[in-house]
Amino acid sequence: MRLNEHPILDFSKRRGREITVYFEGTPIKAYEGETIAMALHAAGIRVLSHSSEKHRPRGLFCAIGKCSSCLVKVNGIPNVRSCITLVEEGMRIEMQRGKEELPKTAKPPEWKDAPKFDADVVIIGGGPAGLMAAINAADAGASVILIDEQPMLGGQLVKQTHKFFGKREQFAGVRGIKIAEILEEEARKRRSIKIFLETSAVGIFQEGDKKLVIAVRKNKELLEFRGKSIVVATGAMEKMIPFENNDLPGIYGAGAIQTLMNTYGVKPGDRVLIVGAGNVGLILAYQLIQAGVEVKAIVEAMPKVGGYFVHAAKVRRLGVPILTRHTILRAEGKEKVERAVVAKLDENWRPIPGTERVFDVDVIALAVGLRPSIELLHQAGCQLLYIRELGGHVVRRDERLETTISGIFVAGDTAGIEEATTAMLEGKIAGIAAALKAGAASPEWLREIEKAQEDLKEFRSGPFGRHVLEGIKKVMVVRE
Amino acid sequence: MSEIPHYLREGYLTVEELTDYLGGLPSEERLRKRPVAIPECPQEIPCTPCKEICPVDAVSMPTPNDKPVVDYEKCVGCSLCVQICPGLAFFMVHYVGDRARITLPHELLPLPERGEEVILLNRVGEEVGRGRVVLVIPREKSKGDTPILTVEVPIELAWDVRAVRVVRGDDNE
Repeated sequence: MRLNEHPILDFSKRRGREITVYFEGTPIKAYEGETIAMALHAAGIRVLSHSSEKHRPRGLFCAIGKCSSCLVKVNGIPNVRSCITLVEEGMRIEMQRGKEELPKTAKPPEWKDAPKFDADVVIIGGGPAGLMAAINAADAGASVILIDEQPMLGGQLVKQTHKFFGKREQFAGVRGIKIAEILEEEARKRRSIKIFLETSAVGIFQEGDKKLVIAVRKNKELLEFRGKSIVVATGAMEKMIPFENNDLPGIYGAGAIQTLMNTYGVKPGDRVLIVGAGNVGLILAYQLIQAGVEVKAIVEAMPKVGGYFVHAAKVRRLGVPILTRHTILRAEGKEKVERAVVAKLDENWRPIPGTERVFDVDVIALAVGLRPSIELLHQAGCQLLYIRELGGHVVRRDERLETTISGIFVAGDTAGIEEATTAMLEGKIAGIAAALKAGAASPEWLREIEKAQEDLKEFRSGPFGRHVLEGIKKVMVVRE
Repeated sequence: MSEIPHYLREGYLTVEELTDYLGGLPSEERLRKRPVAIPECPQEIPCTPCKEICPVDAVSMPTPNDKPVVDYEKCVGCSLCVQICPGLAFFMVHYVGDRARITLPHELLPLPERGEEVILLNRVGEEVGRGRVVLVIPREKSKGDTPILTVEVPIELAWDVRAVRVVRGDDNE
């Protein structure tokens, strides 16, 4: 089902030419500019693959290329992430069944043919942190390469229809989608920034005094990028929690639902249960109502709303119950979600027998937190620590966001789960610091770093920020 | 650990909690004079647009993480804070005769028209009556990209109604 009317978004401008793709031989209508998974979902197709051992049906989960739940075969080639691969006229898409092999006739690209690109600063990730890093590094005098594996810039801002908090000079009162547009425009008008989309960084290596980033574009082309310094701003991915049948198609990460309905205008389902009353779960509930989808309830294991109260109040006054001290016990359904069973928890977090409640839903949204995407930093050899307050494993770094490997910087959710506002400020710091490290910026840019550090300090001075600061204290490398 | 306040357990403020956190509601005299802004933002969060947009400096907030406090006498009832608030947590209340006019954000379709009768919802989404829309500021005219409505309600519901539902028969515009 496609959304056509929306109080905030206008999809008619976003949809490209109508084309036809084939799923298991059946023709499907799609629009140019959308990904395979979105087109299939709009056509009512939920099952995209089957697990290799137990052959359980699998569908979309993260929708941003970070899990492997949505792998399909495209024109005979397996392991294609359907959520970030764009549809093309006549594409033949098949369900993937377990591990599949490349066809004998396939010719993988070779490294000797890989084109090479050089810049002062290479930035991995084009979300709020990466875009601000690119803009500020460029303004400080650096040549910049910005790569992102999505087909569009903006990271998760592109699906945030709500207005942001903070100060007005930090885009407060502006919707995330609009902030994405502003930052993209700023990045594109700077000629010293080269942008590579649909390009996945797969490794970071030291090569002489430079950093080598190797990447794959559109699943088939190898690329090499070299920079004097790099910024890793690869964001985060959604956490999963254990419960019976948690792999049923129709159970999505909250972000995947936002991608479906807010980025591509595809209705995720008709009736939704949300697990988690943090900001993500609360904002999602409101966005679902705006898209005309019924939200049956939000369950939250903690005894209180974890996100901002005002986000909770917005959905409560539209009639959505928030069941604190409740959890999901299981999902039920054959090939996809048909029901969710929840129960109340006792003081020791155990479900209380007899308190089970059944919700007739076709979608279960998991908004149970995010964890930083640190894979590339891990591979590069940066020191990691597990910091609960920051959402999981994060890298050690100094006040300018340089990691334990000289010349590798980090910013945004990759550095610790927080907000887009802080991601932008961190991106500014890391971008300028990376430009200074590359010898491309003059020392007066240190003042801009200090200004961003002051803004961060002010933003984090409340009860929500103090929690994050506790975590940051534990990973901070103090340099002499 | 300190006791969890009701509003965080349940996700809504009671009128008592609201009155407490605001340090008292405006006087009846003030409520009859002109509309007055009421923030329902009891938590310390880093957010300042209401203070920044207020043309008469009626919103006080010493640091961005402080809760907004409105000086009811200074407030001119211009509704800019209702339009800009990212948390959709600002409202206006105005007593007129035996009715109260509530100004609230409405980011849903359809947007009601002036004069239209709508269902009134309280802070937990229960229907508490019907009221008439007396003013609509659509998104394109709003200073905060959020449409706002003023709806006339029975005066005894002034501190309960915080949302509306639009019901149209077969007219699905």
